[in-house]
Amino acid sequence: MEAWQTFAYIAASILFITGLKMLGRAETAKRGNRISAVGMLIAVVATLLAGGLDYTWIVLGLVLGGAVGAVAARRVQMTGMPEMVALLNGSGGLASMLVGWAEYVRTDNLLAFSAVAIVLTVLIGGLAASGSVIAFGKLSGRLDGKPLLFSGQKVVNAALLAIAVLAAALVVAHASGALAGGGALAFAVVLLVALALGVLAVLPIGGADMPIVVSLLNSYSGVAAAAAGFVIDNVVLIVAGSLVGASGLILTTIM
Amino acid sequence: MNPLLLFVFVLAIFLGLELITKVPSQLHTPLMSGSNAISGITIVGAIVAAGEGGVLATVLGTIAVTAATVNVIGGYLVTERMLGMFKRGKDA
Repeated sequence: MEAWQTFAYIAASILFITGLKMLGRAETAKRGNRISAVGMLIAVVATLLAGGLDYTWIVLGLVLGGAVGAVAARRVQMTGMPEMVALLNGSGGLASMLVGWAEYVRTDNLLAFSAVAIVLTVLIGGLAASGSVIAFGKLSGRLDGKPLLFSGQKVVNAALLAIAVLAAALVVAHASGALAGGGALAFAVVLLVALALGVLAVLPIGGADMPIVVSLLNSYSGVAAAAAGFVIDNVVLIVAGSLVGASGLILTTIM
Repeated sequence: MNPLLLFVFVLAIFLGLELITKVPSQLHTPLMSGSNAISGITIVGAIVAAGEGGVLATVLGTIAVTAATVNVIGGYLVTERMLGMFKRGKDA
């Protein structure tokens, strides 16, 4: 990474920290949000100008996502804000999961450490994505707000978690050369189980508790972004992701 | 991987734990929404994935850029709207 890019990422990090701090006080909240948005703009521009990138598909994604995000933010009713945040959070979790997936398919000689970071990104990002969609369903009344309980729920969840950990270990073992084949299959299992876990974790929780669930899932998608930072060796992802992960945890306990 | 990244990670976690305290309850949702927009920083990873990789990585990366941009743009605009309501409500 070139020096100017490092400076840009430091500036973005400072703006995120200041913005987040200001968001917690009524008098400064609005300015805090704008300061953090400037940080995001700096981080994105610095990444785009780093060189060696083919812009074709990036621009398509930026334009498409920007249009969808802007229209959705404009159209949503004030009363529909919590479910909107759930949906946006799901979108971010999905993005982190896909970043992990993309790095998995495009890296030929995966180091064990990178493999660990990738499976963590996919697990946490996938869980945050599917969990947020269920939270959105419950908040918007598209799904029954009552807790959905079935017998053996805990056993199923524990078994799925065990499968996820085992599959993740196999991905890492394959990357470090301890296992000859089956890495891709194990990776697919990690991906699918992560999505299933998100759904199963949120279904048994009642609609009234959903804002707290969204806050926790927000913290998760921050951690997923930080994990993605370890995957691509990017410091601004790690700083911003961990800030959201840690402060989101505090906000969840306050709520 | 640069081991200093782990160092940065630990410090940022501690900073995040200290950053928000005693938030008034009307600010809970805007704060959640504003920090959710920040977690859209994964857009940086998505840009790299969409612009550097092979065919499959480019496809995944492009979807990731789209999803992350929805998170970033939607997140900041929604927070701005919420805080606009909040200010007016307080003045009235």
